[in-house]
Amino acid sequence: MEDEEVIKKFLYLNRKAPYGSIYALESLEVVLIGAAFDQNVSLAFIDDGVYQLKKDQSTDGIGMKNFSSTYRALGDYDVNKIYVDKDSMDERGLTIDDLMNLTYEDEDDDYAEKPSISILTSEKISALMEEQDVILSF
Amino acid sequence: MSTIEVNGKAVELDEEGYLVNLSEWNEDIGKILATQDEIELTDGHWEVITFLRDYYDEYQIAPAVRVLTKAIGKKLGKEKGNSKYLYQLFPYGPAKQACRFAGLPKPTGCV
Repeated sequence: MEDEEVIKKFLYLNRKAPYGSIYALESLEVVLIGAAFDQNVSLAFIDDGVYQLKKDQSTDGIGMKNFSSTYRALGDYDVNKIYVDKDSMDERGLTIDDLMNLTYEDEDDDYAEKPSISILTSEKISALMEEQDVILSF
Repeated sequence: MSTIEVNGKAVELDEEGYLVNLSEWNEDIGKILATQDEIELTDGHWEVITFLRDYYDEYQIAPAVRVLTKAIGKKLGKEKGNSKYLYQLFPYGPAKQACRFAGLPKPTGCV
């Protein structure tokens, strides 16, 4: 048996609001667990999924755990390709300033801190989906 | 589910020995949980435990061992940010076992 390492392109597609269903939290947990397998991982946020990255979330009124700070740990897990759909942002009156400032340290650039989030047009998101080996939709 | 008694107070543990109510944790509980694994906590242990609790406060998760090792190296120095050092302190796994002593859930990504 050859012990050849196969690196696949995984895209986690997040389309639902952070609370009210378990999808957002489940997706985040799968991403964190999957990060141990050294695959090429990207995350995309479209439709109400963009709210998952909204800054200053508060769950005081709904009695659920506010897990939004966990997205800031993604950089530690080498998950640093985070794409947000521009149309979904526009439709909801959001700009990049409404989102959390997610960053990672680039090991190839003297650990410089760099932003993880890019806002892409729907065409670019479609192209991104085309090039994946695996898409997991939440 | 089991219960340990710490300073006259009953503390609930889940089937894997992790605290059920994270807010109940204190250093005495940490010491007793370590005794169950026949470990006496040293300053080196406490450094890692404190680091894990701070990480949990900030990110709401217990880091996976790979993330922990890297972050410890950054914070406490290279001689501590390696598996050999961390496994010496926590032979059952630096993330898994240290989180238990720290009163945190089992790390996400730990099976």
